[in-house]
Order: sequence, then structure tokens, then C-alpha cells
Amino acid sequence: MKRDKKALVRILTALAVFVAALVLYRLTPLKSIAAAGAGWNVGDYRFYLYVIPFLAAYLIVGYDVIYKAARGVVRGRLLDENFLMVVATFGAIALLDLEEACGVMLFYQVGELFQRYAVGKSRRSIAALMDIRPDIARVWRDGVEVLLSPEEVEIGDLLVIRAGERVPVDGLVAEGQGSFDLSSLTGESLPVAFSVGDEAVSGAINLEGEICIRATKRYGDSTVAKILDLVENAAARKAKTENFITKFARWYTPIVVGAALLIGVIPPIFLGEWSDWINRALTFLVVSCPCALVISVPLSFFGGIGGASKRGVLVKGGGAIERLAVADTFLFDKTGTITKGSFEVAEVLPAERSYEILAAAAIAESASNHPIARSVVRYAPPLDHTGYEIREIAGRGVVAIASDEIVVGNDKLMMERGVAITSIERAGTVLYVAKNGEYLGEIVVQNLPKDNAADVIAALRADGSRTVMLTGDGEGAARAVAEKVGVDEYRAGLLPQDKVARMEEILAAQKGKKGAVCFVGDGINDAPVLALADVGISMGGVGSDAAIEASDVVLMHDDLSAIPSAKRGARRTMRIVRENIAFALGVKVAVLALTAFGVLGALSMWLAVFADVGVAALAIINAMRCMK
Amino acid sequence: MKKIYKLTDLCCANCAAEIERDVQKAKGICAASVNFITQKMTLEIEEGADVAEVLKRVAKIVRRVEPDCDMIEA
Repeated sequence: MKRDKKALVRILTALAVFVAALVLYRLTPLKSIAAAGAGWNVGDYRFYLYVIPFLAAYLIVGYDVIYKAARGVVRGRLLDENFLMVVATFGAIALLDLEEACGVMLFYQVGELFQRYAVGKSRRSIAALMDIRPDIARVWRDGVEVLLSPEEVEIGDLLVIRAGERVPVDGLVAEGQGSFDLSSLTGESLPVAFSVGDEAVSGAINLEGEICIRATKRYGDSTVAKILDLVENAAARKAKTENFITKFARWYTPIVVGAALLIGVIPPIFLGEWSDWINRALTFLVVSCPCALVISVPLSFFGGIGGASKRGVLVKGGGAIERLAVADTFLFDKTGTITKGSFEVAEVLPAERSYEILAAAAIAESASNHPIARSVVRYAPPLDHTGYEIREIAGRGVVAIASDEIVVGNDKLMMERGVAITSIERAGTVLYVAKNGEYLGEIVVQNLPKDNAADVIAALRADGSRTVMLTGDGEGAARAVAEKVGVDEYRAGLLPQDKVARMEEILAAQKGKKGAVCFVGDGINDAPVLALADVGISMGGVGSDAAIEASDVVLMHDDLSAIPSAKRGARRTMRIVRENIAFALGVKVAVLALTAFGVLGALSMWLAVFADVGVAALAIINAMRCMK
Repeated sequence: MKKIYKLTDLCCANCAAEIERDVQKAKGICAASVNFITQKMTLEIEEGADVAEVLKRVAKIVRRVEPDCDMIEA
């Protein structure tokens, strides 16, 4: 900031001197001096009277550029911006075009200042978006409250959080109740109520009163640290466009400089008018700086990432934005993604044996954390089920063995165990229950779609996307949900590895075409599919490390509607990126072409400076729109 | 080994790209990225490399491209 102020003072001083000199030698009788100074009349005192004020203004505003250019030359960096400006303005001075040398340098410095200001401002506003880092932790140690940095908190520490303060590490509420503001984490503006025993997510703001929490994680493993790490490192995963632009910049500058050399030397050999052609060459040099391009593209992506994080959508890098913007196939995992995470028991058949069926099933499912298992245990009467050895069979079900053997699972498991089942197809997931090889009956479990699932699918389809639901459930349950939410296609009966195979198939079919394939899952069991997809979207916050690692987009809250909105945001970002590239390149090429043909005349150097710093500043301002 | 540095007074995006490119090529570095917006440089230093020596090389590159720029360990 201080540096900017100093630069501004310098610019204004130089401007004052410059304007004074212009007025003196254009509008007053001193014009005659200017006339005398029109050539290198070094013997005439009036020559110095004319030259010195302009040179003074030039040096006041540009001495640092000259210094940096000289330093660059000493260090063997010829093509930097400072050097190009110095060559261009020295050229103008040599041609005794002092007004131009001075004015162009002034204009350049104003542009630089403006550009620096714009970058600084955008950098700060993006940083403010991600300002979720807790600063302090009040820890109870030996009966006193000590102030520590969040990194120093140990698991099990008791922390005090006053009203308005951030939760420094993940923990459980030990004392007090109230509500948390999670908006900077999830984008959800409604406060979330909590009481003793509830989870306190780091980064949340305690809205009312003083509470105590017990730390369950260290800072580095806490939600807030993971989010920050993810967003800050996002820029390292560069978009194709970004890489293209940096590569392009490496060629652009030498080519334009080469063209400048050719223009400054070859035409005048045949046509004469050296000063005019050299002037054009100097203009080329000014336009040869690629900064506007190089800065605005990553800044746009970063703005897009920042804007998404404001809405609770963490995007891992510009590449993910690029692919999400063109996504046209959306694969959804069913359970926990399209449907709610919890199941409900809808029916137990045959009804007259329901107590026996439920009791047996509850024993077998008691050790499992699978949502279906939990729903059965919740529904069954409380029973003692100790002493069973329980084994889960992935994609099949569970087997519980003690003096008797209980088998609960799908039809495949029953077939493998040689249990004959009698059943009709139903809308829901069916669990078959057998005891000691004898078939007892079935439990129908339903998994209802999330309230907005149908709307979200409809929105994606209206946008021209193909929607596919993948599920491990049987045909009946899958079809019921698919019809309810309106997906284009569904694939039922898939084991986790089948989902990978399906994804590979779809990706292969998509290969070479435009568009991208998204997979949306809750991160449980589907990390391989998330990783495989062009865009892996995991829902439900930063729960599993494997899911975060594998996915490109993490939805902080369990809300499907973030997907269409994230896609819109990605598209908008890409549009702004393209605008910036087209604008910067367009202006540069136009100025180069017009200069080469000499159309612009005296204006060309000014336009060249605009094409350099002015365009950069405008592109930065445009890039900031990505944050919205 | 991963190290993160803050680059102060990094004022040109093209220079940031240049620093990144040259540091990536430096001996003892397996990966490097410079983030102009957060003004941070992330270095991945090869196992077994002389860290002080590598850092000296990196600092030299930074200085050459952007003479006013300092590396501060974050």
C-alpha cells in the first residue's frame, strides 16, 4: 500500500512537470525554444532549455524502470517489461520525441500502478473469501485458560469458545448450547443449532454465549485445515488453458520482438524513413509483454474457485472448472446421493412371522454401519445379541454364527447358501433372512429420494445432460427411485467394481468427443469411481480423506442443487477466461497490425502501452467477476 | 520433502511463471509451483538432496527473475 502511495506521488509530480513543460513550449512565446530544440542542436542553449524539463519528468516517473532494466541486462534478462519500456522510450528520446517518451512512460506507470492495485485488491478479496482460519484456541490447562495457536491443541483438550469466535479444531460440544454459523464452510446461511454431545466443526462461528468443546482432532486433521489446504493448493492443479497461455507467452514475446527487429531494419533499407520505422519497431516492443494474458487467466480460475468455495463447493483447481463447464454426462450413485442416507423398513413378509424375522435380522445386522443395517436394527425390538460371530460379505450381506447360523442378504447370497426363496418383485430393497438354512422371510427396506433430487435431475436434463443412476440395489428398487427422480437411465445390481467398469465403458464411449463425464457420490466405497471420472464430485463435506483425495469437487453440504449451480459457475468462469484471452490478444494483435501498416501514426505508442498495462488491468477487473 | 515459501513483492504474473519453470528444472527439486495469487511457492525437494544447497539455488533463481523478491518460509 505504502509503495503504491509513493508511486502515485511520483506519477503526480512527474505529471505536473510534464504538463508545465507542455504548456510552456506549446502555448507561450517559448515555442520558439521548442522549435530550436527540434533537432540535436547541442550548440544552442535553447536546446537544453527545451529538453531538460521533459527529461526531468521522464526520470522522475521512470527512474526505477531504467534501474530495473539495467539490472535485468546485467543479469542477462533482456526481454523483461522494464527493458522493453526503456528501449522504446530511449528510442523516442533519440528521435527527440520527448513528449512521447515522457507521456508513454507516465502512461505505463499509471497502468502498472492500476494493475498492481487491481491484483492486490482481487488477491485480498479472494483471501477474504477463504478467511476461515481460526486464529486462537482458548484451552483449559490445569484449571486455567491459556491462549494457544490452534496447531498446539492436543486431542482431548477442553476448549472454551466465546460468542463470535471460531471453533479452532474439530471436537464435540461438552458444555453449553446455542447455534453455529457454518456459512463460510458450507455456504448455508441458516445457523445450525447444537447442544451437548453434538459435533463442533472447526471453522464454525459460535453465535451465542460461551461453550466448551472437547477436541477430537488435531488442527492439521480438522475440517478447516483440510479445506484451506485444498483451496490453496487448488491452483497448483492447472487448467489446460492456463498451461496453454504460459506456453504461448514463452513464444509470443520472442516472436513479437523478432518482428520488431525486422520492421525496424528491413523496410527502411528499401523505403528509407528510418525514424518512422524504428518508431513502429519500438511500439512492437511495448506490445510484446504477455502479462495481461498470463495474469488474467489464472486469476479468473482462482476467482472461480474462490466464488465456489463461498457457496460451499470446493473445486480442486482450474482443470476441474474447465471439465465441469463442459460436463454433459452425470452419473449418480444412488444411496446417499440421490436418496437420503437413511433407510426405512417398509414391510416385513410374511407378516405373521415378522417378530422372528426381525429378531434374527437385527442380530446379524447389529455390527454393521451400513444404512440398511441400521434401519433394520432401529426397527426391530431391542434384543440381546451377544455371542455371535458376524461376517460381512461385500455386495451380498451378512452371516452371523453362534449355536445357530443367521444369513441376511440379497438373492445372490441366498442362492450361494442354497436357500430357496419365494418372493415377488417389490419397490424397495429386499433383505432375505434365513436361519440354519431355512428361509424365514423378507424385509423390504425403502430409501426415499432427497426432496430436491427430481428438480436437480430435471435441471441437468434441461441443460442437455444425460443422467444415469448407478446402484447396487436390485432392479425393482432401482426402477422405483429412477422413475421418481426422472433420470434418463439406471443400472441396477452393481457391485463396487462393476461401477468402475461402467464408468470405464462410458468414458471410452465419450473419448474423443467434447464434453465430460461426472460422477457424483457420497465418497463411501466409491473413491475409485470418483478418481476415474473426468469430474468426481463427492458430497457431504470433508468426511473421508480417500474421497477428498479422489474427487475434483467436494460439496460441503449434502445438497444436490449445488451441482447445477457449480456447473453454471464453472461455465461462467470459462466464459470470462475466454473473454480475457480474446480481449487481450485481440487488442494486442490489432495494435500490432495497425502499427505495422502505420495507420495509427502518433497514437500508436500510446495505444501500445494501453495494449500492455491497460488491457492487463481491464482483464483483471473482468476476472474478478468470476468470484460472484 | 515439501516446503512452502511466501514470495514477497512478486509483482508480475509472467515472472511467477518463469520462476516456476526455472525452479522446476533446478537440481534437487522434483516439483515446484508458484502461485501468483497467494504469492506462495511450493517446493518438493528430492530425498537425500542437500536441502540448504537446493534452497540456495532456488533463492538465486528467484533473485535473478525478480530481484526485489524475497523468499520467506511459511
